[in-house]
Amino acid sequence: MSEVSMVVNGRKVSGAVEDRTLLVHYLREHLGLTGTHVGCDTSQCGACVVHMDGKAVKSCSILAAQASGSEIVTIEGLANGADLHPVQAAFKEHHGLQCGFCTPGMIMAATDMIRRHPEGLDEATVRAELEGNICRCTGYHNIVKAVLAASKTMAKAGKGKARKAA
Amino acid sequence: MGVEGIGARVARKEDKRFITGAGRYVDDMVVPGMKHAAFVRSPYAHADIRKIDVKAAQAMPGVIAVLTGRELKADGVGNLICGWMIHSKDGTPMKMGAWSPLAVDRARYVGDAVAIVVAETKGQARDAAEAVEVTYKERKAVTDAVKALGKGAPQLHPEADNNLIYDWEIGDAKATEAAIAKAAHVTRMHIVNNRLVPNAMEPRAALGHYDKAEDHYTCWTTSQNPHVARLVMSAFYNIAPENKLRVIAPDVGGGFGSKIFIYPEEIVCLWASKRAGVPVKWVADRTESFLTDAHGRDHVSEVQMAFDKNNRIIGLKVDTIANFGAYMSLFSSSVPTYLYATLLSGQYDIPAIHANVRAVYTNSAPVDAYRGAGRPEATYLLERVMETAARELGVDPAELRRVNFIRQFPHQTPVILNYDAGDYEASLDAAMKAADYAGFAKRRDKAKKAGRLRGIGLSCYIEACGLAPSAAVGSLGAGVGLWESAEVRVNAVGTIEVMTGSHSHGQGHETTFAQLVSDRFGLPVDSVNIVHGDTDKVQMGMGTYGSRSGAVGMSAIVKALDKVEAKAKKIAAHLMEADEGDIVIENGELKVAGTDKSVPWFQLALAAYTAHNLPAGMEPGLKEGAFYDPTNFTFPAGCYICEVEVDPETGRTEIVQFVAADDFGNIINPMIVEGQVHGGIAQGVGQAMLEGAHYDPASGQLLTASYMDYTMPRADDLPSFKVSTSNTPCPSNPLGIKGCGEAGAIGSPPAVINAITNAIGNNDLTMPATPQRVWAALKAATKH
Repeated sequence: MSEVSMVVNGRKVSGAVEDRTLLVHYLREHLGLTGTHVGCDTSQCGACVVHMDGKAVKSCSILAAQASGSEIVTIEGLANGADLHPVQAAFKEHHGLQCGFCTPGMIMAATDMIRRHPEGLDEATVRAELEGNICRCTGYHNIVKAVLAASKTMAKAGKGKARKAA
Repeated sequence: MGVEGIGARVARKEDKRFITGAGRYVDDMVVPGMKHAAFVRSPYAHADIRKIDVKAAQAMPGVIAVLTGRELKADGVGNLICGWMIHSKDGTPMKMGAWSPLAVDRARYVGDAVAIVVAETKGQARDAAEAVEVTYKERKAVTDAVKALGKGAPQLHPEADNNLIYDWEIGDAKATEAAIAKAAHVTRMHIVNNRLVPNAMEPRAALGHYDKAEDHYTCWTTSQNPHVARLVMSAFYNIAPENKLRVIAPDVGGGFGSKIFIYPEEIVCLWASKRAGVPVKWVADRTESFLTDAHGRDHVSEVQMAFDKNNRIIGLKVDTIANFGAYMSLFSSSVPTYLYATLLSGQYDIPAIHANVRAVYTNSAPVDAYRGAGRPEATYLLERVMETAARELGVDPAELRRVNFIRQFPHQTPVILNYDAGDYEASLDAAMKAADYAGFAKRRDKAKKAGRLRGIGLSCYIEACGLAPSAAVGSLGAGVGLWESAEVRVNAVGTIEVMTGSHSHGQGHETTFAQLVSDRFGLPVDSVNIVHGDTDKVQMGMGTYGSRSGAVGMSAIVKALDKVEAKAKKIAAHLMEADEGDIVIENGELKVAGTDKSVPWFQLALAAYTAHNLPAGMEPGLKEGAFYDPTNFTFPAGCYICEVEVDPETGRTEIVQFVAADDFGNIINPMIVEGQVHGGIAQGVGQAMLEGAHYDPASGQLLTASYMDYTMPRADDLPSFKVSTSNTPCPSNPLGIKGCGEAGAIGSPPAVINAITNAIGNNDLTMPATPQRVWAALKAATKH
């Protein structure tokens, strides 16, 4: 057994887990955060993407023990209270989801992608960077639209904040 | 329409829970005392099971029970069945081999379930499953359907000589032969429709809970049709009578057909729950899904299309061999017969058609309906042949189609179906315009200068949806009726619940169905709740597949709404002392036309429930139910155009534009309809360029059993799509809608392959058109 402790969605958590426990299973089965999904066994589908210390990671390819001491944000922790994160809002507005199973991973991956591209995104970049997330429902058309729209919204909001600060 | 009524692009109500991680899928369910299951599966494609030794497994940490097929049989659990009877042309019934939920004496495909282990944790269950010692005696296996029919092939079931399940025909053989004999031109092709794995992103799962005190079972399962699951598990698998079995399909992460069928695992989990005395949950991993989800397609066909001197089609002859895998899945028999051969007239006026279909057992996963089910196979065959014929005849492929279009409706085809409405030329013209078909030659020349081969391909598809008139399918062998039910429950304060037998697993029913109510009564969609997926809440339903939720499921809601509206108007007329015929419902109010008298909707509902002042003899309450049985299939149709560029050095193909012009009849929510088309096209492009299930011919091992080996379409494999719709309303249902769920997957594969073969100048190309295959076909074409 391994003792793990980490901060998940702003809350300090700790416990003992089987050594082989993956981060995704720790989140789902020990913490009840079932928004993070398991869609494959080979780190291909991206349904399990969460943020670890600010970066998107596939939580099926990290042991809970490896994540000990880090800060994790899951889909449940992305919205600010009742206010949806701009990426969540864009997925809804642009019909970027159907069955919803890949959606948490898509949103977490997209949020990280937008953060890494403060200069803005184009369609080719979004498609290339979504390579690690599989969706079987949408044909990606509206997911790409949603990510581009969210990127614009967040860039505008960022500029607004920068102006205020100045 | 109101802002949230029919035709409005209403954002989806259900999205809130999915984008915040609050969706509830089967794997998210927890029942007190719940334990975990793992299945022991055959590693051989074909083997006798000589002995199963469970002792070592039973002694493993955390193990609660290890159960085998013998115990299951001893408890009287029934075999899985195929629910659609097909008779061969000699009049004999199809040859259904026994399919025990846990194999007893013989395993017939890699992944065939042999035993179940129940343990405290999922990890412990898996460890113990590996410790179950099964002694197999391996037999020779065959995974190819053509080979399985051959002399000396391994035999799968004693019931089916030569592995032949049925040898069925439709149409007029003599008239078709005569047409071919007198034809000015005959195009002949060998067409392979590649085998696919549906790959819903949520793997299948089941949670069985036996309540000893109540002698009652509950099954949470990843199902597109929980009521059918309950019916079959009660009537055929002897799990429990219907009143002792509740089936719940909560949020389901995609289905595409693969979650229609009742699989061994949910039956075994329910049975094991009683045996082990604990709730039992099983969740497939992805490789288990690849091995055991029902696969799709896998047809091999020979086709001859005959033309007269005016390029009019005078006959079509098709001979198809369909691979059914190791067992007959629930609706497998209907797919290459009534969902395939009946569509072989396509959009064309063909006077004589004959099709022969042989269904065959092989040592592979069962094959059943996958998005489109039979109709993609028909469309691919026809549209490949049309394009090839145009090339052979030296005419424009669009013009060859145009000359042969059906133009008068209703149109009786020679293969059962009666098309009720359509305008195929409108879709063709819309697609050609959107694709700038006329400008293609210039684009091709420009690409050529850049060293790239540009090609364009068309596909004009038709499908029979809105499954289906019960009496008609009954006469064709279906074991069930294909109506749908609905109940509209107006609460005492005017909010509304709609219980529907349709099941939403991505289709957005919670929004579109609410739009119907909003449209009718002028209420916000937020005051309407759609309830589905639970046999305790919804009385009965036939579920979601065959693009039927709109045409059939919504029609049932319309019928129930009609009854609610009629009663509400009676009450309103009574309250306002007006004539019932003068009452109109607008913006959430019941008004007396031409006056300023009105009653708000909530007050009307309250009046129905307080019952202080109702018309004499009227029952209190406001709740109505309805069953809707369609009078015909619906016939969505359209035209898809794909344009590609091929790199001649590598064979790598890029889709540079993809245009879809569909006629779905009336549309409730265009945003959702477009999303359905996008997703369907992606699956069709996947079939055409990327996907294929491959079994090793010698060992029968599935070589494509993970996402490392089976190429799923990813965002960078696809372009954005140009989609549009035209509308000839469907005359056979009250909403005039035809259905849109499968069109994209049906129409797109031939458009892609026609485009690639156009680019490389070689018709001989099979799906998936991988760079290696495209390169080889290109080399073959340029050899001489």
